[in-house]
Amino acid sequence: MKKILYLNLIFLLLFSLNISANEDTKLINKISKNLRCIVCQGQSVYDSQSEFAISVKSLIQKKIKEGKNEDEIYTFFEQRYGEWILYNPRFSKNTIFLWLFPLILFLLAAIYIARRITIK
Amino acid sequence: MRYIKFILVLTTSFIIFVIFYLGLNKELKYYPKHFKKKIDTNIVSKDIFSMQDISLNNLLDKEGYTLLNIWASWCLPCRDEHVLLMELKDKKNLQIIGLNYKDKIINAKSFIKENGNPFDVILIDDDGSNSIILGAYGVPETYLIKNKDNIIVNKYIGILNLKNISEIKKKIK
Repeated sequence: MKKILYLNLIFLLLFSLNISANEDTKLINKISKNLRCIVCQGQSVYDSQSEFAISVKSLIQKKIKEGKNEDEIYTFFEQRYGEWILYNPRFSKNTIFLWLFPLILFLLAAIYIARRITIK
Repeated sequence: MRYIKFILVLTTSFIIFVIFYLGLNKELKYYPKHFKKKIDTNIVSKDIFSMQDISLNNLLDKEGYTLLNIWASWCLPCRDEHVLLMELKDKKNLQIIGLNYKDKIINAKSFIKENGNPFDVILIDDDGSNSIILGAYGVPETYLIKNKDNIIVNKYIGILNLKNISEIKKKIK
């Protein structure tokens, strides 16, 4: 009976370790997909096998182990390589047009359609 | 109504034209104009000879300038650059720190034995993460740093040339 209990415990332990490692990999993949490999042409850090990208990936892993969250890691890379390294640009006065233009276009189109319908 | 439609189409196409036209003249090559002026020196790494942990912070805690050179024995341009670095060896006011990037220690040591050692200290960067902390792109790469304030005076991406060397000599005077 005791043996089974121990076996169960070991199994549980292994299983939980596996889950946490899996979560880390998922986060590394997510972050590296949103980082541009700046020495490559049109590839993300996730896609690239260049020395630069491999180093970035191992650093992301270290940062996660240190307990840094996703946003802190993006800020870390942004400070060193500029905002250009982020595929998903932050909302700032430089990107306000980028973020709002589609919305404005959509609203204008909606107003236009609404007016046409009411006229008919 | 038709009139409004015409104006709307005209203005949107004009705006799109302007955006694309401006985009045509934009430099596509990435140039790091936004790089951090202050270098992050919170790096602790092993010395290649003594294998003891050395903190970059402590190395920069003195008067003068530091030339931080990222190199590897497998990197061909580093071989050419090494000759120029030897010229800067034993300059007053300047310490040269090497960061050995993703290299085999035996190869790095024989590289130094063969070509001479311009470095005061050589630190190991076996997985490349220290270089990324510094904000580097690859090998070779060199930073001229003003000690104590840890301010990057100049950043040289790629191989150093004679012009860079005379520039460095002028700066550290």
